[in-house]
Amino acid sequence: MRGRSRKAAWAVLAIVAAVAVPQSTWWDTNHTVFAQAVVSGLLIGGVYSLVAMGLSLVFGVLDIINFAHGALMTIAIYASYLLFQNYGVDPYLSLFVTIPLMFVIGVGIQRFAINPVMDAPVHNQLLLTLGIAIIIENLALVLFTGTPRSIELAYARNEFDLGVVTLDFPLRVFGAVISLPKLIAFLVALLLAGVLYLLIQRTQLGTAIRASAQEPEGAELVGVDVRRMYTITFGIGAACVGAAGALVLPFLFVSPTAGSTFTIIAFVVVVLGGMGSIPGALIGGLVIGLTQELTQLFVPGSSKFLGVFIVFLAVLLFRPEGILGGVRR
Amino acid sequence: MSTILEVKGATKRFGGLTALHDISLDVGEGEILGIIGPNGAGKTTLFNLISGAIPPDEGQIVFDGERIDQLAPHIIAARGLVRTFQIVKPFGGLTVFENVLVAAFLRRSDPLVASAHARSILEYVGLASFADRQAKGLTLAGRKRLELARTLATDPKVLLLDEVLAGLTPTEGAEMVTLVKSIRDGGVTVVVIEHVMAAIMALSDRIAVIHHGELLAVGQPSQIAKDPKVVDAYLGKEFQIAPD
Amino acid sequence: MSGLRQLAAASSRDLLVLLAVVTVLALVPLGVSTFTLSVATAALIFALAGIGWNVLSGFAGQFSFGHAAYFGLGAYTVAVTFTRYSISPWLGLVLGGLVAAAFGLLTGWISFRFGLKGAYFALATFALAELLRLTFNNFDYVGAGVGITIPLAGGDSWGTLQFEDTLAIRYFVALGLVALGTMAVIAVKKSRIGSRMLAVREDEDAAASLGINPLRTKLTAIAISGFITAVAGGYYAMFLMFVDSDVAFGPFISVVILLRPIVGGVGTIWGPVVGAAILSTLGEATRTLVREPPSFLQAIEGVNGLDQVIFGLILVLVIIRAPDGVVGWFNRFRRRSAS
Repeated sequence: MRGRSRKAAWAVLAIVAAVAVPQSTWWDTNHTVFAQAVVSGLLIGGVYSLVAMGLSLVFGVLDIINFAHGALMTIAIYASYLLFQNYGVDPYLSLFVTIPLMFVIGVGIQRFAINPVMDAPVHNQLLLTLGIAIIIENLALVLFTGTPRSIELAYARNEFDLGVVTLDFPLRVFGAVISLPKLIAFLVALLLAGVLYLLIQRTQLGTAIRASAQEPEGAELVGVDVRRMYTITFGIGAACVGAAGALVLPFLFVSPTAGSTFTIIAFVVVVLGGMGSIPGALIGGLVIGLTQELTQLFVPGSSKFLGVFIVFLAVLLFRPEGILGGVRR
Repeated sequence: MSTILEVKGATKRFGGLTALHDISLDVGEGEILGIIGPNGAGKTTLFNLISGAIPPDEGQIVFDGERIDQLAPHIIAARGLVRTFQIVKPFGGLTVFENVLVAAFLRRSDPLVASAHARSILEYVGLASFADRQAKGLTLAGRKRLELARTLATDPKVLLLDEVLAGLTPTEGAEMVTLVKSIRDGGVTVVVIEHVMAAIMALSDRIAVIHHGELLAVGQPSQIAKDPKVVDAYLGKEFQIAPD
Repeated sequence: MSGLRQLAAASSRDLLVLLAVVTVLALVPLGVSTFTLSVATAALIFALAGIGWNVLSGFAGQFSFGHAAYFGLGAYTVAVTFTRYSISPWLGLVLGGLVAAAFGLLTGWISFRFGLKGAYFALATFALAELLRLTFNNFDYVGAGVGITIPLAGGDSWGTLQFEDTLAIRYFVALGLVALGTMAVIAVKKSRIGSRMLAVREDEDAAASLGINPLRTKLTAIAISGFITAVAGGYYAMFLMFVDSDVAFGPFISVVILLRPIVGGVGTIWGPVVGAAILSTLGEATRTLVREPPSFLQAIEGVNGLDQVIFGLILVLVIIRAPDGVVGWFNRFRRRSAS
């Protein structure tokens, strides 16, 4: 009963808002920036979702706080960049390189660095991943210097005739601008989220991974090689940022710390969505994307992270199991 | 004999399951009360209610003349009602001495005084030679002794011992029985939960039988052993002469 | 009775070690360059910050990933009270400590009341430090994005805590603060409250069953911890003569603070100081190696970031090989050779 009346209250609120807001003078003057904030928030939120899914898996299955997650993304960004710059490989084609590449790198890191500290205290695991992040970031600095670089997609401003409609990029929806690379990143991120969800929920491998997360000893008893599942999970987590790295290349400045900014965002998303939950990471990513853009809209001059961290703290305190529930350790 | 601990009509439900139903029990000062019952009968739940780990849904718990059923565990412990855990919880990363020192600090703020008290308790329970070992390195019997030592160091009025004999060898068990009796002789009231029948019959002044969350019988060990209800419900099926 | 003597002996042994360490460290200013002396001063400041971290995270077991919050509050309190109200930095250090302790009590009370522990507590502390950073970066009263530059008083002055002429004094003040912090920690560790912190770290339920109030114990730890780290932050502001939101609250500061005790030994009295000594030496050594490499490594000269790569590699190796820090490793080694 309580749940239903709450739902009803939200519905009434939403209808009132939908009717009232477009009438208001605020809307008259601000609807374009508002629409832009919502669109930008959702688009970047899709990428956050993808990055966070990898982190969420690692967190949920291995119970490791992986502070190297964003740094791994940096590797993927540079890999994709080098392929584009040296061989003219389209960033979206380089997905087929960065995803397996990062899987292999993730497996290697798990085997040689994380595995020895699986039973160590939390602070050691955290520090280890931090150390790995330091190595990766500075290695990038050594190899590519700190100069920011970027690429330009030749077809980013083209028209696309889809038969029914013609899409002229950048698109305009309710006055908001949608750039092609961001739209592709968003759509591919959603697609990969679906693939990952099916992989975890519907396949034998996914079942073994979930078993290793929930009952490592039980899983061991029924013949699951838990250590191997940990390794594969870390590989999949890295593969997620492998994909994200290539997807963000067309609209991000490439620098040694390019991926690191995603680490904290991803943690926020994971906590918001509930650790280990892939649908949670998806929704959490969109919510955080919206939060950061709306913060800048409503609190001008502030950092976009202000709202993000406030939401984060609120979730930690009031709904630490995440918006969709899930396990709390 | 005056009553030091009184459970009045305590009831606890978990969802639809009634773990304890209308339990009333008196514990007299200076006695050893044994609580027996098959697995899942609600013995540990009763301890959890008394020690404040979970509040009762109905009923009261009165200790030393005051209601304690809504108090936090640490407050109840500070008043002198201290428990052990069925699955022992030593502070594994600390030494045996440090484990007991923490408890000794409850009524002594001077480190030197507390330290001396902790040493004497270790001596008393026979762990003095292990004082500087890490607690997690002790055997099960050692850890059970340590848990007992810790509770003793708080100068309790009433001790709640949750299966201190389970898992011990007959020799270790006999030593533990002697130790518990000597603690009682030192003026501490003891409530024990136990599975090992022979031991508890010899140890307890009175015995309470809990079955399916209800209090089946209370009385002298000899009466309990003959009580047809008890024999029917519990002893007849699961009677254990010796530890397994 | 042997307990009495042992405890007294244990305390006095720690104090003797402290005396020896301070004596040795007091000799550092003899015959090192001004640059090295500055590095050593900064090392002591972060050792002190690490000493504070160790109380909450090492003793009471509540892992903080946001000690920059306390460090920064200390730094800003000193800078603001000195530049705006001409309050002596000495008083500023104490005020900063109190502000940080109050912040710790408030946020700690909320966090612990809501049952945050482990990774969740760590992430919350991180978020709090970041919120402070972003807030101070927009807050005109504290100089917003520009920060606060502390005006030079000129010459050496104990009143304004500035020692332009005699850098050694600046170093000795830092050493004195570290000595005070260490004494405070020795006192905590040997007393009732320290013992309770360890118990809460090991098992909260068992601690409560022995009459210990876990919430109160953790709050005491966070207040002491915040106070000590804030004093370090306050002195850091006087050391740099400048503070802004990144210098004070940056995530990097949190990492620098917690690295020291972790490398040295979490929950040990000497861990933070040992860790600071090792990490500062290591940092300088790798930096020097890259700046002036031996002839066979000429290729690495001046390569930006290489020192950090080496640093990261050593960090990873230390964590895998010596998981309980250098002091822990040393203790294990000593115990093994003793038995």
